[in-house]
Amino acid sequence: MSKCKQYGTDLLAWIDERFPLSKVWNEHMAKYYAPKNFNFWYFFGSLALLVLINQIVTGIWLTMNYKPDAKLAFDSVEAIMRDINWGWLIRYMHSTGASMFFIVIYLHIFRGMMYGSFKKPRELVWLLGMSLYLALMAEAFMGYLLPWGQMSYWGANVIISLFSAIPLIGEDLATWVRGDFLISDVTLNRFFSFHVIAVPLIIVGLVFLHIVALHKVGSNNPDGIEIKEKKDANGVPLDGIPFHPYYTVKDLFGAVVFLAICSWIIFYSPEFGGYFLEHPNFIPADPLKTPEHIAPVWYFTPFYSILRAIPSKFGGMVAMFASILILFLLPWLDRCQVKSIRYRGVIYKVALGSFVVSFIALGYLGTIPPTPTAAFFGTFFTIVYFGFFLLMPIYTRMEITKPVPDRVVWPPKPLAAREGWVWDQVRKLLAAVESTSAWRQADGYRQKIQEFMKNNKYLRHFL
Amino acid sequence: MNENDIDLEKRRFLTQTTVALGAAGAAFAATPFLSYLKPGAGTLEAGAPIDVDITKLEPGQMIRVEWRGQPIWILKRTDEMLATLDELEPVLRDPDSDESVQPESCKNKYRSIKPEVFVAVGICTHLGCSPTYRPEVAAPDLGKDWLGGFFCPCHGSRFDLAGRVYKKVPAPTNLVVPPYWYETDTRIIVGEERT
Repeated sequence: MSKCKQYGTDLLAWIDERFPLSKVWNEHMAKYYAPKNFNFWYFFGSLALLVLINQIVTGIWLTMNYKPDAKLAFDSVEAIMRDINWGWLIRYMHSTGASMFFIVIYLHIFRGMMYGSFKKPRELVWLLGMSLYLALMAEAFMGYLLPWGQMSYWGANVIISLFSAIPLIGEDLATWVRGDFLISDVTLNRFFSFHVIAVPLIIVGLVFLHIVALHKVGSNNPDGIEIKEKKDANGVPLDGIPFHPYYTVKDLFGAVVFLAICSWIIFYSPEFGGYFLEHPNFIPADPLKTPEHIAPVWYFTPFYSILRAIPSKFGGMVAMFASILILFLLPWLDRCQVKSIRYRGVIYKVALGSFVVSFIALGYLGTIPPTPTAAFFGTFFTIVYFGFFLLMPIYTRMEITKPVPDRVVWPPKPLAAREGWVWDQVRKLLAAVESTSAWRQADGYRQKIQEFMKNNKYLRHFL
Repeated sequence: MNENDIDLEKRRFLTQTTVALGAAGAAFAATPFLSYLKPGAGTLEAGAPIDVDITKLEPGQMIRVEWRGQPIWILKRTDEMLATLDELEPVLRDPDSDESVQPESCKNKYRSIKPEVFVAVGICTHLGCSPTYRPEVAAPDLGKDWLGGFFCPCHGSRFDLAGRVYKKVPAPTNLVVPPYWYETDTRIIVGEERT
C-alpha cells in the first residue's frame, strides 16, 4: 500500500514538472475557497454542467444513427426509438435533458438576481453567463428542427420568418439563414451542423470562461458579502471553505436527487404532457399543412408571448429580442449598493416577485391559443416584464435597505426563528403538508426504516 | 465540532460505499450506451437469412449471392471435381477442418451437407479479399499440379474445391461455411441452420 502511494506521488511529481496539474487542482478545487453559507440555490451551476455533459454524450450517440436529410430524418428518429438498442432511452435522455437544462438555467439566473451575483465585481461572470443562455437558446432552437416533425418545421418557419420583418434586408436575410426560399433539406443540414458542432463548441468555450471569470472574483453568497475582505493570517477567507471536498460532496448529493427526478420523467413521462415533446411533432413535417395551434417548446414561450403582445410584425420581433438582450444590462440597471435580497428594500422584493410572476404568466400564455383575453394579459405582463428592467434605475435608488453584516450569518437562523410574512407562509405551508395523512404515513415508514437500520450491523454505519 | 470528534472509520465506510454504489450506477448507466452500438433491429433484419433457388445451377457452375454484405458462393461440383478432394489431402493444412469454421453438418471431407453442392463465404481467411473460382485443371498461371479450386489474387492463397486451404500460403484456415439448410432439394436457406 505505501509502495503504491510512493508510485502515485512520484507520478504526480513527474506530471507537475511538465503540466500544472496540482496547481490547477488546488486553484479551482482543493484551495478554492467558497463561502460556507451556500444554500439550495447554489446547486444549479453544477447541475447545469451535469446536464451539458449528458447532452454532449447522448448527442454523440444520437448522431451515430440520425440522418440530417429531409427525406430520412423523421424515419431515422423513429428507427432510433424502435430499432436501435436502448435508442428510446438515449433520445429521451437528450430531449428531457434539453428541458431540464432550461429549468436549471432559469433557477440559476433567478439565484443571481436574488443575491445580486451580477453586481460588481461579477459583471463579466454575468455577461458570459447571459451569452451562454443565448447560445443555449440557439442550440435548442436548431436541435428542435432535427426530428423534422410538424412542430419542428412550423416552429422554425415562424421564428426564421421573423427576420423578414427587418426593413430592407429582411427577406434576403431570412433566405440567407434558410439557404432556400422555404425551410428545406438545405436548412435542416446547416442546422444539424450548427447543432452538433458549432454551437456546442461555443457553449463549452463559454462555460470555461464563465468558470475562469467566477474563480477570479470568487463566488457570491446568500448574504451578498465579499468573503475575501476578511482573511486569516494565511490569506484564507474566514468565511470560506475549500470547494473540494465540501461542495463536491454537496453537489454530488444534489446531482443524485436531480437525476432521480430526471429518471422519473424519462421513464414515466418523457413527453411531459406535450410540454417536453409536443404532440404534433410525431407527425412528419408537411410544408403544405400547418398544425392548428403552433406553440414553441415551453422554455421559449415567455418570449413568444412578448412577440404576440406587440401588434406589429417588426415591433414584435424587436420586443422579443429586446426582452432577452435587456438581461445583459442588469448590472448597470440596478443602482442599489446592497447585493442580497436579504438586506434589500421591499421595493426590490416586490419588483423581483412581479418579474417572476410575469415571466411564468407569459410562459403560460405562450402555450395557449391567442384569444382576446390572452392577448390582454399578454400585453399586461409584457409591460410588467419591461417595467422591471426599465424602471430599475429609478426604484433601486429609492430602496430603504437593511444593514449588511460584516461576516456571513452562521449558523443560519432556524426556520422557526425567522421573521416576516414570507416565512410565516412557509411555516403554514409546511404545517399543512405535515398534517396530511400521506405525510404521516410516509413519516411512519421513515421511522420504521431508521429503526431497522439502527439494529442492523452494517446499515447502522449509514446513520 | 472538535477535530477529534470526527469518526474517521464511519467516514471511510461512507466514502467506500458511495464509491462502490457510484461504480455500480456507472456500470448500469454505461450498459445502454454500449448496447446501442450493437446491430439494431433494422440491421439484423437486413442480415436475415436469404433464400436461394438452385434449380438452374449446372454441374461445374458457381453462383454468387449476397448475405450480410458478404459474397456467398454456391458451387455445384461434378464427380471429377469431388474426386480431386482425396487426391489433394497431403498438400492441405487442415484437411479435416478441425481448425476451421463450419456448421457441424458440414464438418466432413466435402465440407457440405450434400456432397455435390458447396456453400461457402467467399472471403479469404487471410485478409478479407474474395478469391477467384479457378476450376480449370493445370491452369498456366497456377502450375501443372493445380486440380481446380480457389485462388486469392491479393496474397496468393490457394484453396481446393471444398475451400480447404493449401499448406505454405498466407491464409491460416479453410474458407468459412455459413449456416444453411435445404428447404426443398433445390432451395437453400443461407444464414440459419435447421436439421
